Amino acid sequence: MDGMEELIGEFLMESHESLDRLDEDLVALEDRPRDPDLLANIFRAVHTIKGTCGFLSFVKLERVTHAGENLLSMLRDGELLCTPRMVTALLELTDAMRSILNTIEQTSGEGQTNYQTLVAEFECLVMGDHASARQPLITGLSAEVTVADTAPPLMDAGPNGTTSAAQLDVGADGRLIVPDDVFEIDGIVLPPPSPRRITPQLTDFEVSAAGKILVPDDVLEIDGIELPPPTPKRGAPRPTFELVTPEADPQPAKVGAEPSEAKAPETTAPDAKAKAPKAIQQEANIRVGVGLLDELMNLVGELVLTRNQMLQFSDASSDPNFHATTQRLSAITSELQEGVMKTRMQPIGTVWQKFPRLARDIARSCGKKVRIEMEGKETELDRTIVEAIKDPLTHIIRNSIDHGIESPSVRAAAGKNIEGTIRLRAYHEGGQVNITISDDGAGIDPERIRAKAIAKRLVSIERSRLMSDRDLLHLIFAPGFSTAEKVTNISGRGVGMDVVKTNVERIGGSIDVSSSVGRGTTLKMKIPLTLAIVPALMVEASGHRFAIPQVSLRELVRLEGDAATTAVETIYGAPVFRLRERLLPLIRLHEALELPEPAPCAPGMIPELNIVVVQADDRSFGIIVDEILDSEEIVVKGLGKQVKGIPCFAGATIMGDGHVALILDVVGLAQGSGLGDGTVSRDTDRAETTRSESTAQMLLIFGVGERRRMAVPLEAVSRLEEFDRDAVELAAGSDAIQYRGGILPLIHVADHIGGCRPPTEVPQLLPVVVFAGADTRRVGLVVDHIIDIVEEDIEIQGLGTRGMVVGSAIVQEKVTDLLDARGLIERFDPAFFEAGDAA
Amino acid sequence: MKTQLCTFTLGELFLGVPVDEVQEVIRQQPMTPVPKSAPEISGLINLRGQIVTAIDLKQRLKLGPRAADAKTMNVVIRRDDGAVSLLVDEIGDVLDLAQSVLEPTPENIDAEAKALIRGVYKLEDRLLLVLDTEKVVAV
Repeated sequence: MDGMEELIGEFLMESHESLDRLDEDLVALEDRPRDPDLLANIFRAVHTIKGTCGFLSFVKLERVTHAGENLLSMLRDGELLCTPRMVTALLELTDAMRSILNTIEQTSGEGQTNYQTLVAEFECLVMGDHASARQPLITGLSAEVTVADTAPPLMDAGPNGTTSAAQLDVGADGRLIVPDDVFEIDGIVLPPPSPRRITPQLTDFEVSAAGKILVPDDVLEIDGIELPPPTPKRGAPRPTFELVTPEADPQPAKVGAEPSEAKAPETTAPDAKAKAPKAIQQEANIRVGVGLLDELMNLVGELVLTRNQMLQFSDASSDPNFHATTQRLSAITSELQEGVMKTRMQPIGTVWQKFPRLARDIARSCGKKVRIEMEGKETELDRTIVEAIKDPLTHIIRNSIDHGIESPSVRAAAGKNIEGTIRLRAYHEGGQVNITISDDGAGIDPERIRAKAIAKRLVSIERSRLMSDRDLLHLIFAPGFSTAEKVTNISGRGVGMDVVKTNVERIGGSIDVSSSVGRGTTLKMKIPLTLAIVPALMVEASGHRFAIPQVSLRELVRLEGDAATTAVETIYGAPVFRLRERLLPLIRLHEALELPEPAPCAPGMIPELNIVVVQADDRSFGIIVDEILDSEEIVVKGLGKQVKGIPCFAGATIMGDGHVALILDVVGLAQGSGLGDGTVSRDTDRAETTRSESTAQMLLIFGVGERRRMAVPLEAVSRLEEFDRDAVELAAGSDAIQYRGGILPLIHVADHIGGCRPPTEVPQLLPVVVFAGADTRRVGLVVDHIIDIVEEDIEIQGLGTRGMVVGSAIVQEKVTDLLDARGLIERFDPAFFEAGDAA
Repeated sequence: MKTQLCTFTLGELFLGVPVDEVQEVIRQQPMTPVPKSAPEISGLINLRGQIVTAIDLKQRLKLGPRAADAKTMNVVIRRDDGAVSLLVDEIGDVLDLAQSVLEPTPENIDAEAKALIRGVYKLEDRLLLVLDTEKVVAV
């Protein structure tokens, strides 16, 4: 039955949508239990679903829905006041409904669960405050009969169309199906089968084995039909029945009307449709399959590429007609592109919709009170982005409730409102969507983060001292990090925030955190608006063309002549460039991609240097390329799985000339070239571009290799010694020397620092910087010569971490690297500093 | 017909894949190499607007890289997750092997390459190796 399948499909789709809205409304109802609109909407939604399931013979679904509907009708009529317990039961109902719907979708059957407890709970709730003499409600149907789609006319209806209830078929819900040609049942005259109201309350009555409905004595009227007075024999069940027209409960009109008036029941035709003709929706909408939209999107992408090719031919041609036509084609293509993009846009509200309920559930399980405020839910995003941020946002909210918002008692003691607030905001800005999630909870304490990071060896003590509060907060994004005292089953397993960051970055976005202890925390995400067609800068390296998305681009630097050859300074293998008082780390693109070196500048040609300054996260760096070509709009195409994993590439595109070009992933390039490990983000974009430790430090300066100057804080050093090179022996595979009755292991610093040229001769005396660790551990770092000890107020200029270097500074007018002594020593013996602090 | 194979030559080898796995066969295309990719990946080609990954079948079968000037043809394998092209020397005919028996691959072939071959057909004048495309494209 094709029609049936289609109907069921539509039913499933609409019901799911309905359920999502229901969740939202129910949570709102908890706050505003008397709101008549809310109650009406909720009732209508549940009633609608119940009605259709009757027709489609989804017995279980109908039964459980019906139980909830009872409660809702009493709430709607003001006979009961909504309590949190009721809301919980109703939310459980939506879950139950969803679950049955899913089972129907997958197996075409309703599954095994009966939801008896839920139904019983509803009965309990209905009975709770209701002091009438009503009989107990149906707990189950005593007669389960299949529903006939049509009710054939009665064979032996009496002359006036009379019959008795016993003759009639019973529907799955215990109701009798009354054919149209019956006008009288058991002596009770039926009203004519014109549009009439079906009262759900009728199903409140018990159904006898014969399918008859037992009516308590105090009920005098059913559905406008006056019942004959009770016979003198009390207690005997009166034959009564429920009056139903042949088809199932019709759906009430969707727009605005009150359910009790607007129920347009079916026509008298026995095979009337299950749904009432849909009331006119306010806007003209059409349902379109998502697959079709994706196809359109692809086609538009192809059109853009072809348009680009046309433009190339047009440029090469001198035919004015051709030009004009191509221009027109170009304009139309752009508009079409824009239009199709819009079809893929979804308001972020669709994701946010689930959050009030989620927050309520989590808050209750934590014993906290939280509410969600949303601003900007109509902000639109591309569909794929909406999908991608669902999980990150959910996790952030969980975290916020679990760890951020304090318990009501703590909040009260702090003078805060016992109900915590999480505020979600979304808005467009500069081609990106900004989403902020702020809470007024306890905030994140940078000191606790620092302690935890050190304990988890994510950062060394020295390095942590160099980090600003902001840097420390960003450590929450490091893999393996969690500050929760106890891991709850909601969050705190330390896998959350780094996955959030990865997911956000995967769609080209960025995430930032700021916090104020005691006041709250704010997470901010920036996500590009569209993924598929982006403006990009084409560059060339070693004869290969690459595209750099414009969103990452900051500026272009071009130098010619002498400046070109001298501008790039090297700090031992690491090229840098002074860009307006900033030290900009550089990557040579052909090196990063392991391509052959470009041909050197021919004699007689003016040397040139092209640097593309880009930004990844909050870090800027420069990419040295051979040539900077045009800016183009490119269609981003994904890479096949054989090449998808390469971090430097974000995708590929087809150029106007038909050749394929790879799209660079700026973040991937940075990481691949060792520009920072992501846990410490140094902001080189601000006006003050240096991190300063403003307290003067005592520094030990020494030389490593022939020309390299390095320094460590003097307070970290235990002693300075000089050993005869012949006294060096081997212990456990590495160099060591006998020292003060013990064995002192030696680490040759030069071996661990990249880019060191060994001195031309090994001196007889080896200078050694001795460090002390836990217990009586000691280790000696062998250097080439001790230069000096100075007290200086240094400003460390961050280059990220390359090898064992924390940063560089100008000390005694020379560029000096700060050695990550702790890191180096821990590489050798991870437990060296364990019980104490050597620094 | 499961037994119809699209055949091609690669050096000394005569290879085949089921004909319904082949989307098309096309001559040499301009290739964009992918830096830092596995050595078996020759690069990307533009197939009527689709970007298709090209695998150097010679390299994949552990026979060393293709010569830069070798005559090349593309056998484009149709797959759900995106087409993949195999670089071969020359295209042969479509052969129907309903009458033949697929023999197991000999043991003395390099183990990694052996994993990529489903079996061997003994033809009159030579052997036909049947490739397991699923494994071949899993680089």
